Amino acid sequence: MNRRMVIYMVGQMIKIEALLFALPAAVSALYGEKCLWTFLLCAGIALVVGFAFTLLFKPWNKIIFAKEGFIIVALSWVLMSVVGALPFVISGEIPSFVDAFFETVSGFTTTGASILNDVEALSRGIAFWRSFTHWVGGMGVLVFVMAIIPTVSDRSIHILRAEMPGPIIGKLVPRAKKTAKILYLIYIALTVAEILFLLCGGMPLYDSLIHTFGTAGTGGFGIKANSIAGYTPYLQWVITIFMVVFGLNFNLFYLALIRHFRNVFKSGEMWCYLGIILTSIGIVTANIYSMYSGFSEALRHSSFQVASIITTTGFSTCDFNAWPELSKAILFLLMFIGACAGSTGGGLKVSRVIILAKTIKRDLHRMLHPRSVGTVRFEGKRLDESTINSVTSYFAIYVALYTLAFIFLCFDPIKYGIETNATATAACFNNIGPGLGFVGPASSYSNYSDLSKIVLSVAMLLGRLEIYPIVFLVSPSTWTKR
Amino acid sequence: MNIIIAGCGKIGTTVLSTLASEGHDVLAIDSDQSVISEITNIYDVMAVCGSCTDCETLEEAEIAKAELFVAVTGSDEINMLSCFIAKKMGAKHTIARIRNPEYNDRSLGFLRQQLDLSMSINPDRLTALELFDVLKLPSALKIETFSRRDFEMIELRLKPDSALSGKSLSELRSKYKAKFLICVVQRGEDVFIPDGSFVLKEGDKIGLTADRFEIQKLLRSLNLLQKQAKNVMIMGGSKIAYYLAKMLVSAGSSVKIIEQSRERCEHLAEILPKVDIINGDGAQQELLLEEGLHNMDAFVALTGIDEENVLVSIFAASQNVPKVISKANRPEMASLAVKLGLESTVSPKEATADILSQYARALQNSLGSNIETLYTLMDGGAEALEFNVKNDFRLTNIPLKNLQLKPNTLIAGIIRGRRPIIPGGDDVILTGDKVIVIAADSRYQDLSDIIK
Repeated sequence: MNRRMVIYMVGQMIKIEALLFALPAAVSALYGEKCLWTFLLCAGIALVVGFAFTLLFKPWNKIIFAKEGFIIVALSWVLMSVVGALPFVISGEIPSFVDAFFETVSGFTTTGASILNDVEALSRGIAFWRSFTHWVGGMGVLVFVMAIIPTVSDRSIHILRAEMPGPIIGKLVPRAKKTAKILYLIYIALTVAEILFLLCGGMPLYDSLIHTFGTAGTGGFGIKANSIAGYTPYLQWVITIFMVVFGLNFNLFYLALIRHFRNVFKSGEMWCYLGIILTSIGIVTANIYSMYSGFSEALRHSSFQVASIITTTGFSTCDFNAWPELSKAILFLLMFIGACAGSTGGGLKVSRVIILAKTIKRDLHRMLHPRSVGTVRFEGKRLDESTINSVTSYFAIYVALYTLAFIFLCFDPIKYGIETNATATAACFNNIGPGLGFVGPASSYSNYSDLSKIVLSVAMLLGRLEIYPIVFLVSPSTWTKR
Repeated sequence: MNIIIAGCGKIGTTVLSTLASEGHDVLAIDSDQSVISEITNIYDVMAVCGSCTDCETLEEAEIAKAELFVAVTGSDEINMLSCFIAKKMGAKHTIARIRNPEYNDRSLGFLRQQLDLSMSINPDRLTALELFDVLKLPSALKIETFSRRDFEMIELRLKPDSALSGKSLSELRSKYKAKFLICVVQRGEDVFIPDGSFVLKEGDKIGLTADRFEIQKLLRSLNLLQKQAKNVMIMGGSKIAYYLAKMLVSAGSSVKIIEQSRERCEHLAEILPKVDIINGDGAQQELLLEEGLHNMDAFVALTGIDEENVLVSIFAASQNVPKVISKANRPEMASLAVKLGLESTVSPKEATADILSQYARALQNSLGSNIETLYTLMDGGAEALEFNVKNDFRLTNIPLKNLQLKPNTLIAGIIRGRRPIIPGGDDVILTGDKVIVIAADSRYQDLSDIIK
């Protein structure tokens, strides 16, 4: 393995993170908070580490293969979270390092699960950094690195592929660097659009920045104890719509941008995604109608919660823990489906669900008619067997790791029930944030033991990077010379 | 520039890697999904899976935005058809690979005009031409031609007894009256642009330019001359062999082709009446000796299998055939052959990739870059760039000895009208000249960049 290249790329990433500290530092300076110095100190540490990596490990050759791509991404995300946790610890606002690490991983992986019991006590600079990690992690920090530093390698597609979620990752344009740039430009444009819509609704600038970061990355960290509940219905609708938008495949925005609308409307994944959302909203609205004063309120709450869960954002406008069992069950299922491939959302991804369903249909048919020849088609194209295999094996490993993490949580001394443990694991593994029971939208993860928090942090990384990078990072065969 | 390449076989892949590394936006089309995923893993290009004669595939590849469409699938007919469709759908320039001699010999002009092709390439003919150049001047390992063949650079390897080794360049200049210039020296892995104090050693590979009429005289005085190959044996009756034999025969050489397939032999005998066609296995040493390998001036191995070509060539070289050239399509094979003592190898796909990237550069040139063409020399260790001279007071009308060039840079030739000049210290560059610059470390974008 090209270890120098791996370390070099990780170094580049840490340097970028040092630059990212500038934004929360500016915010702290603006509000005259003393955590300004914390951010400057952290930026200094990151710069030193970053330069040490890139200068000491200048690669002899820049050839990378799929293996290096996975390891670069996995190592970057782990180290990025360690460095990103420093401000919380140094400023003293989250004194325990494990807690700070959990919070940062939750931020970068756009989960939004928090160990804080009182969010409103955070200083503005720290709260800004906490939400800003969502925005950075949403599109992926290595995609950002690729977009701004000169082309590192002809094969950087391996990095793009390891960091972008979805079963089939193609480029938008021939150059990987330009693809990364286009993705970020779309991302920035949508972010600015949401900020403007929120400002129009009278939300203060600081609040709209925080909530836009949470929506864009499909994260879900807020600054209010009751998340979005305190804002006007207009603002809640704006956030609902933008959550759905950020859960769409970004390729569609590019296609729309170059005026290939016909291809946008042909996207089976998009229609399926919207169909699932509308159906769920319908059922949940009917189910909770009696709890609220009118149809519009019930519709607003159900739409917001459904959009928040399927896009794996995790904002809430009400405590859905108190909803009837049917609605809770639907939300629990939506956690697993997740958003579209190539979006900032997590979960299994709608495209995988479609491919799995079609494969099952074909295989059932084949059992009755053993000689039948069937193909699985997706987005108008025939899928080759290797893609189908990779989707089914992904599903298998996904279920296996979910079960493993769930069983682990049951050993926790706190002894929460099945509902809490199962949904906590699902909420972390699928990068949602709040679960049901004792980890519902009104409570936090703070009561879990340190060990469980680390397991959940790993689950979040597994979910965001789609399992494989992290698995390869810890598997011995990666590091032996064979 | 947006370039679409249809067909990702040996030639297609070489071409797309060259063009992508030169900064073009390349999109590949191939009908094999596994080829597509292989290519997108290795090169920074985009790929579409489908047939290149299918309008929908071409639309997906955004053919209307393509400046250049290159069809290099295995079939001439598919290439021509896809270029035709591509042109109709809005591609600005189209290039098709057409290798069948029937199309090439008789109807090429008609086809090109009717299909509106910007260029047709025939890798076999290109390779034959390259071979023919070397056989004309067998002392050279390779002959690079610049500026529509107006200007040549000869690559030579210095033998232990060479009159050049151990001498500095300024010594050589005063010793030999002929005007010549040693532009580039490859020693082991390193490539140098030599100055006057540079001392040559045996085993160096040098690039030499000289006046076309004096080159024979110069090589003779340097003890390097080998006479033009009069008796040539070719192993393998491929299309390259056909073109090469035709060129050699019309230049007055006698040619013998050894081919295994009876059918092919008969066909060759029909279309090449003046060539000796031998039906037999060229890998049999007995047969080669019987057919007079000892008396040959040159032996060219052109079968479809690299390994066989290299091995038989080694045998021919051991039989003291003065010039042995082997076809080696895979670059790994070519560098191995050099290690085994075979100096000259040719590769059809490299030749094609060179021509195509030159065409792409020329197109880009019309879009604003100043480089007329760019050639890579000495296995990529140096580059030769051809510039059109615009009026620039820092360069024009100044004797070359007064110009302060950047290190590892050399003005190798000036072409005035169509007359090549081997520049000396007193020569000047005039507006309207073409200048060939050789550089080892840097890639220049403009002629004025070469001055300190």
